[in-house]
Amino acid sequence: MAGATTVEDVTVIVTESLSKRYPRVTALDRLSVDIAPGVTGLVGANGAGKSTLIKILLGLAPASEGSARVLGLDVAKDGSAIRERVGYMPEHDCLPPDVSATEFVVHMARMSGLPPTAARERTADTLRHVGLYEERYRPIGGYSTGMKQRVKLAQALVHDPQLVFLDEPTNGLDPAGRDEMLGLIRRVHTDFGISVLVTSHLLGELERTCDHVVVIDGGKLLRSSATDEFTQVTASLAVEVTDTEAHPDGTEALRAALAAAGVAVTTGAQGTGGLPSSGHLLFVEAAGEQTYDLVRDTVAGLGLGLIRMEQRRHQIAEVFRDADRAQATATPAGAPGAPYATQEGGAHDVA
Amino acid sequence: MSPEPMTPASTAPPGASIHNIGYRHYDGPRLGRAYARRSLFSQSLRGAYGLGRSAKSKVLPMLLFAVMCLPAAIMVAVAVFTKAHSLPVGYTRYAIYLQAVIGLYLAAQAPQSVSRDLRFKTVPLYFSRPIERGDYVASKFAAMASALFVLTAAPLLVLYVGALLAKMDFLDQTKGFAQGLVSVVLLSLLFAGIGLVVSALTPRRGFGVAAVIAVLTIPYGAVSAVQNIAFVQGSESAVGWLGLFSPITLIDGVQSTFLGGSSSFPNGLAPSTGAGFVYLLVTLIAIAGCYALLMRRYRKAGL
Repeated sequence: MAGATTVEDVTVIVTESLSKRYPRVTALDRLSVDIAPGVTGLVGANGAGKSTLIKILLGLAPASEGSARVLGLDVAKDGSAIRERVGYMPEHDCLPPDVSATEFVVHMARMSGLPPTAARERTADTLRHVGLYEERYRPIGGYSTGMKQRVKLAQALVHDPQLVFLDEPTNGLDPAGRDEMLGLIRRVHTDFGISVLVTSHLLGELERTCDHVVVIDGGKLLRSSATDEFTQVTASLAVEVTDTEAHPDGTEALRAALAAAGVAVTTGAQGTGGLPSSGHLLFVEAAGEQTYDLVRDTVAGLGLGLIRMEQRRHQIAEVFRDADRAQATATPAGAPGAPYATQEGGAHDVA
Repeated sequence: MSPEPMTPASTAPPGASIHNIGYRHYDGPRLGRAYARRSLFSQSLRGAYGLGRSAKSKVLPMLLFAVMCLPAAIMVAVAVFTKAHSLPVGYTRYAIYLQAVIGLYLAAQAPQSVSRDLRFKTVPLYFSRPIERGDYVASKFAAMASALFVLTAAPLLVLYVGALLAKMDFLDQTKGFAQGLVSVVLLSLLFAGIGLVVSALTPRRGFGVAAVIAVLTIPYGAVSAVQNIAFVQGSESAVGWLGLFSPITLIDGVQSTFLGGSSSFPNGLAPSTGAGFVYLLVTLIAIAGCYALLMRRYRKAGL
């Protein structure tokens, strides 16, 4: 996978105390990040500054302060050169319904500077890679949402950029379409060797797709680290069991048994917020394969029914909670943590 | 552009390998901004005649083009047949007579050119590419003006060729033709500017069409009516100045002062030479103003 990238040990995006202030709102506040080749997720709530950042990185809006370089080029001076080597897939619908995907993508390829013949060849190639075949000759108006997203992705890739910005590429897709799109994004890097900056507010998605995750909030950098660090530090198992006559409180019985076996066990309150069954959930710290066996044997030994046992990786969502906690200690007034509670959806990883 | 070895294909079953030739990088030339600008220009110009679009969208522009040329062809036929010594209509007057057709064409095609990009939000895709705002505006403006020029110059060419076939005086005809071309260039620029500014205000094509028609016809109707009233009341100098207030009378004033035409003002009154300069100035300011307004319009349109 590492061999697919042409530029190694080079950062594709560097920002240094980048700020963008509008008269009434600060969209970016002294943001400094380095982004290496690979798939990078940019996470933040709506209005966190994701779109503003992309706009500045494309050289379309001047930064109020600070500097940024994309592929080694200064965004303030070389916007045009950057945009020649970078692809952009907007969040919103951007396709005219009355032309075919082929015509549209050819036109966009030419707008990126590709000569006519090359534009046509690259269009055919790119549409095939994103999974559009015979339908590419039909007007876009008749496409499904999934197909439209593919056309949008194709127009961002058609000029073979070194880096693409994908703004909420899974918006409006059903779960199957979402999985396909995420797989496609992964392939953009592994097979095509193109670095990807993908924004999303669904954290679970980025967990699966990205090598690296950058979390911003209110224009400030909350955290930037490899996805592994977010998710693999402490893997835990969520276990739910039935009650039996011998053990009227099965959960408590199991907890005691596991604790006696020397495994760290916590009850459901922590980390899961408002899950309805959280009182009956046990979180078992998984040391390895043997923990699974231990849990299974212990449950069987107690004669309880095992309702579920699933892997609960620590989710990216928790970075928000950590940050909130840090903020709350810093400012006694307490920062509102509520906006992120809604963002946990889809983050469950069922083993 | 050499095909890469089919590494992923080795894992695929033999029958599927035909679809899997791997990703090929592009290392050919990238022609940059100027080329992108030209591409956008040619795409917009072709689009203004429905080329590269559905058959349905070719009907109206082609029909209007035919309607525009038909009277010229008839006049030429009559002139050749009757061995006339001059054309029944001057080169500079032709577009003024057929202003309704030009207006219809503009109303149909200007929104097609800019409202579509706004409505379907394609504009951000353009600005995420090497071109800048100015390139987009310049390409669209040039394309619309060229489309109008083709529409208005083609019948003049028909007249000119016909006049030469009818063995009319070569020098006279060439001079008239050249004057006619200058006048339609001005007209194309002015109308393109007005049409684009009006249609760039709304992403709705229908509104755009109606608004362009309104902007072209209402001032013309008002100016003509007031001119007639002024003429009847005997204030002939007012007639000349009133022509400044609608696009077509503006062009009419310029061509009747500088390009040897006669105006469509009441009684064929032409503005004085001094007033003529004002006409020319106002025309140029209007063209530049439209361009500036378009630039302003797209200032916030990026992403």
